[in-house]
Amino acid sequence: MPQHDFSACPGCAEPLESGDRFCGACGYDLSAVPAAAPEPDRPTVAIGTPVSWPEPPAREPGSLSTSTQHPGDLPGTDSGGHDLPTTPPAHGAPGAQAQARASQPQVPAAQAQGPQAFQAQAQASQPQVPEVPAAPPARDLPTIPVRTDGPHAAATSGDGLAALAEGTVPAPVPTADGDFALAAPDPRAAAAQPAPPQSAPPQPVADPRTTTPPAGTKLCVACRAGHVDPDGYCENCGHAQPRERDHMEQELSTVAAVSDRGLRHHRNEDAFAVSATALPDGSPATLAIVCDGVSSATRPDEASAAAAQAANQSLLDALPRGTHPQQAMHEAIVAAAEAVNALAEEPGQGAMEHDPHRHQNAPACTIVGAVVADGLLIVGWVGDSRVYWVPDDRTSPPARLTQDDSWAAQMVAAGLMNEAEAYADERAHAITGWLGADAYELEPHTSAFKPDRPGVVVVCTDGLWNYAEAADDMARVVPADATGRLLHGAQVLVGHALDGGGHDNVTVALLPFTLSPQGAGSA
Amino acid sequence: MANFSKSNVPQFSVDVYQNEFLPEGGREVSAIVTVTSTGGGTTGGAVLAGHDADGADAAVVIMVDCSGSMEYPPTKMRNAREATAAAIDTLRDGVSFAVVAGTHLAQQVYPGNGRLAVAGPDTRGQAKDALRRLSAGGGTAIGTWLRLADRLLGSAEVSIRHGILLTDGRNEHESPEDLRAALDACAGRFTCDARGVGTDWEVKEVTGIASALLGTADIVADPSGLAADFTTMMENAMGKEVADVALRLWTPVGVEIAFVKQVAPTVEDLTGRRTEAGPRAGDYPTGSWGDESRDYHVCVRVPQAGIGQEMLAARVSLIVPDPAGGAPTTLGQGLVRAVWTDDMAMSTSINPQVAHYTGQAELAQVIQQGLDARKAGDHDGATAKLGRAVQLAAASGNADTAKLLSKVVDVVDAATGTVRLKAKVAEADEMTLETRSTKTVRVKK
Repeated sequence: MPQHDFSACPGCAEPLESGDRFCGACGYDLSAVPAAAPEPDRPTVAIGTPVSWPEPPAREPGSLSTSTQHPGDLPGTDSGGHDLPTTPPAHGAPGAQAQARASQPQVPAAQAQGPQAFQAQAQASQPQVPEVPAAPPARDLPTIPVRTDGPHAAATSGDGLAALAEGTVPAPVPTADGDFALAAPDPRAAAAQPAPPQSAPPQPVADPRTTTPPAGTKLCVACRAGHVDPDGYCENCGHAQPRERDHMEQELSTVAAVSDRGLRHHRNEDAFAVSATALPDGSPATLAIVCDGVSSATRPDEASAAAAQAANQSLLDALPRGTHPQQAMHEAIVAAAEAVNALAEEPGQGAMEHDPHRHQNAPACTIVGAVVADGLLIVGWVGDSRVYWVPDDRTSPPARLTQDDSWAAQMVAAGLMNEAEAYADERAHAITGWLGADAYELEPHTSAFKPDRPGVVVVCTDGLWNYAEAADDMARVVPADATGRLLHGAQVLVGHALDGGGHDNVTVALLPFTLSPQGAGSA
Repeated sequence: MANFSKSNVPQFSVDVYQNEFLPEGGREVSAIVTVTSTGGGTTGGAVLAGHDADGADAAVVIMVDCSGSMEYPPTKMRNAREATAAAIDTLRDGVSFAVVAGTHLAQQVYPGNGRLAVAGPDTRGQAKDALRRLSAGGGTAIGTWLRLADRLLGSAEVSIRHGILLTDGRNEHESPEDLRAALDACAGRFTCDARGVGTDWEVKEVTGIASALLGTADIVADPSGLAADFTTMMENAMGKEVADVALRLWTPVGVEIAFVKQVAPTVEDLTGRRTEAGPRAGDYPTGSWGDESRDYHVCVRVPQAGIGQEMLAARVSLIVPDPAGGAPTTLGQGLVRAVWTDDMAMSTSINPQVAHYTGQAELAQVIQQGLDARKAGDHDGATAKLGRAVQLAAASGNADTAKLLSKVVDVVDAATGTVRLKAKVAEADEMTLETRSTKTVRVKK
């Protein structure tokens, strides 16, 4: 995979000279690619898990990156070269906890302690400074709601698309056993963090600003000194507090989902919904919906939440009535679209009111859903959120089951460009289908599959697949025991995206597929 | 038309216009805060019909310059009398009022004895009779006028206290320090509009009085225009419903305030007029409000933060003190935020409101600098500054200011700001431009 390889452009696979700063063919900003090769990857750790961090590697003194302070190091100096005040900030030893939970200095005065001082997220910050994004900056094209994503490896061949016809997944292609050695974080630890764990389903239409805890109950996560105002900011240092949607997890016996704000976006515009129900004959049915708000539109966070909730409800209504799951999926996407359209008629709320340049676009989001029922795997989508199929037997080929509604994908599908040309274009990642009042016409795509072996279904936004675009890459990062430890598996995948730079919001839902219909529900 | 269903307490709304997105390392956050009060007194004469009962809550003192120069030409004194009479006619029934004749000392013309009269048909007639006794003679010591007005207004149990001051000459019979001390003593106790009649007065004195006492300043070059101007001023004063409103700015630890300016309807730098109000909060005076809308430009410097971080850079609220001395009432608030992003398209766009008012504030500044340079004989400097002013006025659609500028300079090309200084400029035109240089226009919708 050329993704992080300097020998070829990550965007278009054009060969590069060693001194190039931009790709000569597509203009890809090579400085945005981290120097470190992704493999072997660092162990991924789930969010807020108190684990023992490995000692960070030593750094060159002249390195541009923030240096790491070791416990034995001399105390630092301030910008004037003088000794720091004798009362040190609260974040003393760079122990595991301090690193993982974000170092929170007591911002003392005008000079705050540094850009990363308030990693307000309780999510796992990496041991090293994750300042270098693994993906180029997301660029939203101005004219249409687009999501411009990170580098596609140019090799999105059509093999995943061959599966679109109803039937089985494509013929096996031998691959190495992709068991991925990851530190196994304890999911129970994740439950201890501020974001509500399993108990709380996502609040679909709630404004994130109103879902922050009431004042007086919480200390600011950034300065640890101020209380949190009702509007969600610290009354001392002003920092925005983690919102409920910044990190969400939910686990049922047959499905689990994790959504995270990521490291570079200021709020989580993704949303998900997972449910389990039963068909009329009593056999279990499991569904997962994942939506990604379009950043260049108004209130994308509300759009994604509304869409996920509406699609989920539609499926929960339709499946027990005996509607064919594929038809139910189609109807669910239509229901989701209607829910997002309805948002356009409401006036804007809250802080986004002051964003006149964001007001031109109606709320919009992508949607992708998967239903496992009756030995079938149904997927449906609009936009560029995806479903991957990863067989439990990793020697069997994984597959991507969705085809993006993106400019590049359309160009290739229409035969107007080859893949390399299409993905080299700056419009490549502009999405051409979305839910929203300004969508040209709604074209829900649905497919039905009948896998012939057990596996796990990965339903995700581009915040994840940017870091594991090809189906093989995705299969490598899905833990081998994902089927049995769903929430953990989803946490590992989110962690993979965060390790890669966490450039976008990351949402992933995992559904196991088992061959015995009885077994599918009781796993 | 008076709207009888309106409550007497205005509703304040606060809207914040900003681009909250900062690039990595970005520290400066600018926001335009639009404060609109509605539902209180309506401005203008319509108020007379609907608010008979409220008149008792306001007091006005009219200060008329009676120095010897008012006799040259004699029409000036006559016009001043007529204008004062027109203002008295505009008083709402029940409003307390007094008329002060100002020379090198201040003398109460009506009702006398250090008291205020209550407006009504009888008192209006008596006051106008008393105006006939106004005669010119003596010097000019405006500080004494203001101190007398303060004593008179302070004796009234009202919430709106307002003064109207007319002068035609320089403040020659007291030191600038005396005037400064009088303004400091009166600031926050009453608001005052100031007018200069003719062209023999000092622009900076009149604008300084209005600025310190949170009122308006203007020139009435032709004395015959006084009556209409006084009527308008009094109508505005009668429309005020809430006094002593302050803009409260709360900032988090580590945030520095770069400046706080009123930018509409006029530019008024409030940065130095902060009074501390609890931890990390300060109040900036805004005076009294009727049905109106004003814009403020708040600029703060926040500590650096990483991409994806968000913080509250400032909380802007409108507060009015509790007359009983309790906690002030918050009339409305808005949030100024900072969000760090690596999306250059988002972080580099400038909010149109911020851009507009940055230009308007620069316009006021370059007019001032250009006129100062012109007076100092620096014609190159004056040409450059006034050329820039022409360019800014044209680009922002500030037609009034552009028209005033065109009386001082010959505009060769407004788009590039190419101008020539006029060889001969009427003094009235130059003073009008200087006095009105701070007037701004709002963003074109």
